[in-house]
Amino acid sequence: MGRDMMQQKPVADGLFTWPPTAQPRLIGTECTACGLVSFPTETHCVRCGSPDAKERLLADSGTLWTFSTQGFRPPSPPYDGSDTAATFEPYAVGYVELPGEVLVEARLTEPDPEKLTIGQRMRLTLVPYTVDADGTEVLTFAFTPADEPNEPVEANEPGQPIAPEEQS
Amino acid sequence: MTEAVIIGTGLHPFGRFPGKPAMDMGADAVRMALTDAGVNWPQIQAGYVGSFEVANPDAIVGRLGLTGVPLRGVFNGCATAGTAVAMAARAIETGEHDLTIAIGMDKHPRGAFAADPSVAGIPSWYGQTGLFLTTHFFGMKINRYMHDHGISHETLARVAAKNFGNAAGNEKAWRRTPLTVEEILASPVLNYPLRQFMYCGPDEGAAAVVMCRADQAHKYTTSTPIRVRATALRSRRFGAFEVQSPSVPVGEPVASPTVDASRAAYEQAGIGPEDVDIAQLQDTDAGSEIIHMAENGLCKDGEQERLIAEGATEIGGRLPVNTDGGLLGNGEPIGASGLRQIHEIVLQLRGAAGTRQIPGTPRVGYTHLYGAPGVSAVTILST
Repeated sequence: MGRDMMQQKPVADGLFTWPPTAQPRLIGTECTACGLVSFPTETHCVRCGSPDAKERLLADSGTLWTFSTQGFRPPSPPYDGSDTAATFEPYAVGYVELPGEVLVEARLTEPDPEKLTIGQRMRLTLVPYTVDADGTEVLTFAFTPADEPNEPVEANEPGQPIAPEEQS
Repeated sequence: MTEAVIIGTGLHPFGRFPGKPAMDMGADAVRMALTDAGVNWPQIQAGYVGSFEVANPDAIVGRLGLTGVPLRGVFNGCATAGTAVAMAARAIETGEHDLTIAIGMDKHPRGAFAADPSVAGIPSWYGQTGLFLTTHFFGMKINRYMHDHGISHETLARVAAKNFGNAAGNEKAWRRTPLTVEEILASPVLNYPLRQFMYCGPDEGAAAVVMCRADQAHKYTTSTPIRVRATALRSRRFGAFEVQSPSVPVGEPVASPTVDASRAAYEQAGIGPEDVDIAQLQDTDAGSEIIHMAENGLCKDGEQERLIAEGATEIGGRLPVNTDGGLLGNGEPIGASGLRQIHEIVLQLRGAAGTRQIPGTPRVGYTHLYGAPGVSAVTILST
């Protein structure tokens, strides 16, 4: 990854496909007993309690179920953005419904609530949200309006979705 | 079953009290409640005490008298006081005790509640990336509700203006400066569509209520005993759209724990929403009060737009809501918040609420709490 680029890492392992590709995917679990799709991965099904689950790459796009904005810097910790109260840039958050799977809470790349509409199509992307003490950029997942050009984190390095077993 | 009645209530003002520990506020509230009930501390046979910030709230016995009384600490987030009241009532209903107390106290630092997601069983990345905030959940819930049920931004502001107006007439409230709808709509957006003056803040305060067997109330006081008709608490069911959820299952959302607790309480009490004369509803933000009116069965989804414009929820209206200013006007010391609601209902049902007394002869009062991680408590009181 990123030969000539800033060092990057995911905020957590096993949350989304890594290294970054043109179309990242979230990693969830599917209960083999009742079929419930969970995100993030669960060791026990939250509906039926079964311990038998398999990893599943979730759909890369869906529709916006609801949204809000975060207008002030969240209490830190637990928030670990490298911004300060003065440099904090408000961001939007929402729940995106991945059809037939699950509604996922995420940051949205469009911070202006007037430009967001319940029901609009959204696509998964990765965004840098903080920089580690050693200069490594930390990425998390976000949804971006699907009618806007996606901005891959690793430009010119289109990749294929990778299988879940390559994740951990 | 023996019925429990409230014979005494005490409220330490809510707000900021530099240098005064939560425990001292709690002890003040207890002494006020004991005086109101005509009872001495050594007569109290059992109690339940709730706090978020005080690790050992039961240590309050050191301030009140070391009588050996069984005083149990309880905690259910914002619904903590609902549990303290329910347990204090249950101890009487089961016949275990004749005279009990419920106590709540807290002293929160300024600003939004901050905690590690692990306290709620959620992975660290959820907090690191700025998703572990209850405030934007409330923004998302009311945004969807407005979209589905035609609630306007002005209605949000009217609720906040009402509650700050009610607080202005309550000498124990925190935020006592009335604000106009225009001023509220001009305040900065914190979590769209919710603005700065549409939120409650964490603060400090304490409250207590004394209960006894209904057939013994006359021994202590000449005030109207307030009957505890129902206490119910419910946690979220699978599929409910709840605070602190990294994901939610697909399909129609199931009813919130508020709906479940409310239905259970009405059934216990044998009282319907049409019988409620006054309600204190969890108004963490202006949107929450609107949603909770419907979730507690007090109106249909979407009716709030008209009811609030008509002034139905004002002190002189058909169904007064949050007559003491609610959480918006009083802030939220978590352990005490629900006991403040009970305190207000007791005053109103006794006809002792002074300048904010609702007209007529109210008979049934309703209190409701909601908070993380998706838990709700409802209490129904009557004369």
